[in-house]
Amino acid sequence: MANAALKEEIFELDGMDPEKVKEEMLSAYPTKVARKRAKQIIVNKVEGEDVPIIQSNVRTVPGLIGQRGCCYAGCKGVVLGPTRDIVNITHGPIGCGFYSWLTRRNQTDATTTPDGHNFMTYCFSTDMQDEQIIFGGEKKLKQAIQEAYDNFHPKAIAVFATCPVGLIGDDVHSVCKEMKEKLGINIFGFSCEGYKGVSQSAGHHIANNQIFKHVIGNDDTVKDGDYKLNLLGEYNIGGDAFEIERIFKKCGITQVASFSGNSTIDAFANAHTADLNLIMCHRSINYVAEMMEKKYGLPWIKVNFIGAEATAKSLRKIAAYFDDPKLTEKVEAVIAEELPEVKKACAEVLPRTKGKRAMLFVGGSRAHHYQELFNELGMETLSAGYEFGHRDDYEGRKVLPGIKVDADSRNIEELKVEADPEKFKPRKSPEELEKLRSCGLEFAGYEGMMPEMKNGSLVIDDISQHETDTIVEAFKPDLFCAGIKEKYSIQKHGIPLKQLHSYDYGGPYAGFKGAVNFYKEIDRMVNSKIWGYLKAPWQTNPELAATYAWD
Amino acid sequence: MNNLAIKKEEYTATKNACKLCTPLGASLVFKGIRGAVPLLHGSQGCSTYIRRYLISHYKEPIDIACSNFAEETAIFGGGANLKIALENIRRQYDPELVGIATTCLSETIGDDVPMFIREYKDMCEGQELPPIVHISTPSYQGTHMQGFHGAVRALVEGVAEKREQDGRINLFPGMVSPADLRHLKEIMKDFGIPFTMLPDYSDTLDGPLWTEYQRIPPGGTPVEEIRAAGSALGSIEFGSVLAMEKESAGRSLFKKFAVPCHSMGLPIGVDETDRFFNTLSSVSGKPIPAKYQEERGRLLDSYVDGHKYVIEARAVVYGEEDLVASLVQFLKEIGVIPVLCASGGRSGHLQKIIAEMIPDDEQKNIRILENADFTDIESMAEELKADLIIGHSKGYTMSRRLNIPLIRIGFPVHDRVGGARIHHIGYRGTQELFDRIANTLIEARQNASSAGYTYM
Repeated sequence: MANAALKEEIFELDGMDPEKVKEEMLSAYPTKVARKRAKQIIVNKVEGEDVPIIQSNVRTVPGLIGQRGCCYAGCKGVVLGPTRDIVNITHGPIGCGFYSWLTRRNQTDATTTPDGHNFMTYCFSTDMQDEQIIFGGEKKLKQAIQEAYDNFHPKAIAVFATCPVGLIGDDVHSVCKEMKEKLGINIFGFSCEGYKGVSQSAGHHIANNQIFKHVIGNDDTVKDGDYKLNLLGEYNIGGDAFEIERIFKKCGITQVASFSGNSTIDAFANAHTADLNLIMCHRSINYVAEMMEKKYGLPWIKVNFIGAEATAKSLRKIAAYFDDPKLTEKVEAVIAEELPEVKKACAEVLPRTKGKRAMLFVGGSRAHHYQELFNELGMETLSAGYEFGHRDDYEGRKVLPGIKVDADSRNIEELKVEADPEKFKPRKSPEELEKLRSCGLEFAGYEGMMPEMKNGSLVIDDISQHETDTIVEAFKPDLFCAGIKEKYSIQKHGIPLKQLHSYDYGGPYAGFKGAVNFYKEIDRMVNSKIWGYLKAPWQTNPELAATYAWD
Repeated sequence: MNNLAIKKEEYTATKNACKLCTPLGASLVFKGIRGAVPLLHGSQGCSTYIRRYLISHYKEPIDIACSNFAEETAIFGGGANLKIALENIRRQYDPELVGIATTCLSETIGDDVPMFIREYKDMCEGQELPPIVHISTPSYQGTHMQGFHGAVRALVEGVAEKREQDGRINLFPGMVSPADLRHLKEIMKDFGIPFTMLPDYSDTLDGPLWTEYQRIPPGGTPVEEIRAAGSALGSIEFGSVLAMEKESAGRSLFKKFAVPCHSMGLPIGVDETDRFFNTLSSVSGKPIPAKYQEERGRLLDSYVDGHKYVIEARAVVYGEEDLVASLVQFLKEIGVIPVLCASGGRSGHLQKIIAEMIPDDEQKNIRILENADFTDIESMAEELKADLIIGHSKGYTMSRRLNIPLIRIGFPVHDRVGGARIHHIGYRGTQELFDRIANTLIEARQNASSAGYTYM
């Protein structure tokens, strides 16, 4: 009965009926399309464990201009792009390589590795021509690998397949195998043709699989250091990883590997020697964490370093896991030292940001994580959604067993992983794990975005440009967060857009220092005076034309 | 006949490409048609990548729809997807034209797009449909320039008609900036000549903020004017490499409707701009407005004043073939030696065109790279001891490593604001380029001087 009552409850969102806005969004679509989109546009109604179902990770309807990229973009651009010392070769026509050439603002610090290798500034492509489409491109690929080797003598070369490669039947894996034997370095391929899956999410999974298969576990050297962990799903946009590394260092935590902001292939190979995996971006990297747990026995926990409070909470989770008073004390000391500065910065902008309204449509985690920062700023998130998230990213991992795998996802390989007979080592005894759980530390868990959003807010998966225009016109939010594709169209509405892919060339926003940066920028954006100039004085108040009474 | 050195094939892989993909050029053209929605037939990644790339230069909304292939579409063909896409676009945007460009995916599987369009039109019998124009743009053939010129041609071939001649002139400006397009329109208006300029993204890709939101940015060549292109007095088509190709929009109109076509380089520099104004005047029978004679005078005056700063400077020039060819013509005019002329294009015409521009005795100093990437360009630029680099933003890392100043022109300029407002053509655009070149050289010398002079 309680449920029935809940279903009839009408929520108000910013003085409007969200269901009406939803109807308006759907009204431009043919019936079939509207029916499909209706399942992806949800008015949030969470009560206890009850989270509404949102259809996600399904194909974008042709002709709906969306935000999503392709499988190749997720594989090469997102997951493998930030690793500095692998030479990445795009096997395909020129566009794919060109568009993923330094466009994602991943930063890296090559001075910390002795060889100083950094190939991120290079864009290698086999630049396929008609000839390869007709006669095959394997020969050209082999030559390209040879040239990359001759030019740079890298530790590893990765090959990424684009749409035509799969269609003409080039076997990148056998070419890589052959060249690996010939050159004696690690060379591996990714079948990440753009048409696979429904979004870049398929590419993340493929990247995870290949890194797990070809790299992780190659180096068993146990390095010195206490509290060893890996940070997964942090891509060092705008220097986020540098800030997190700074905090870890200050706490005495040793980061073995990062997947994949500011990362190296050697660290990947050694990652299984750590004792804990932390997951930032759940969507792009949970596969590696799951597989590492099965094969090597290190558990994972979900963390979030976006937001000062969230950062403190995540550090406390780490301390709880290692369960060493020395670490706990250090972590508390660091939080106590760092937080006042952050609180001060927040208090300074709060009078100007409080009550402002934001919308976030980005990524597979960011739309969730950044709500933390907006909460700290006293801002309300009216609407949010992911570009390529799955139901577990929205509703929490508890829905995983019930997710029906459709044809598009079934085509992405699911690796069979078993405990490694020699290298598997449980990091905690069952009793210890139970004790940690009872103290509130959740392993392999993620609550998802919707339980943390207000009832009545609009959750929209794979939002289209048309829907974006409609909700922006309806609510006139104070800030919209998305990427460069949306930026200038939103700003034409007279609403500032914060890019949460590239950070508008700013950052870092993670950790304590990042939060301060973010507060300042959001204050500047939501309180900008520029929009007041939109109408010239003679348009708004004709009699003022001659007096220049701007204020 | 000439001593121009050209590149020999050293590498198989392309390292840091100096070209973009074919459907990007076509999408840009469709963005220059009023009320048009570009539609890429293939993988959604292509439309996303092309949008984000164009937007990083123009900093304006650029919506490009897609037929969103899935894996099974790649196997069974994209006809159904294309029709759904067309239907949804019409419902959401009510477009005045839909421009379809293909991607590698639909091209490799051999989709018959014209047939799909016919089928869609049959499905919609009795409804009023906007023109649907299609251009085949596999990225494994050519560069973004083939996509650009191809889309312009597809538009006139699909839309232009024979009507009563109304004294108009067709302008096919090629891939120039919104500022250039705006300048061309001003010139046509000052002449008082009715015209069809195709494409015209001067407003759609460099527009003001709006007080009311619009689904499709205002501006662009009206479909009606493309229709009228078949009855023009003549066509003027920029691009000296394009002029050597078998097909172009101008030549197509000549073949089909006997509209005379005047091909010329982009009007950069006095010579080429004179030729443009002369042609306009002779085709329309109208005099050159005094305003432009004055602009020409000021430009020449600045050449005289500034030549000592630029003479014999050594420049590396790269970009689209048409742009490189016209820049070389201009640099020659002001006494800058284009020691290296490079393009990712490989039409095979660039060398011949430049050979005709440069006197035989000067040719031995000049290198030409076709099908070049930035690894080729950088190694040669270093060897040639250049004083300045002229090209788009992708030359920045080279400029930084070699410590040679970069003058940003063309596309893409994604590490500066105002890429859309860079002005290249006409006396006025040339003036801006000349001033930037002279000042860049002066600044380099000033910075390197121990005296720290502040007055010239």
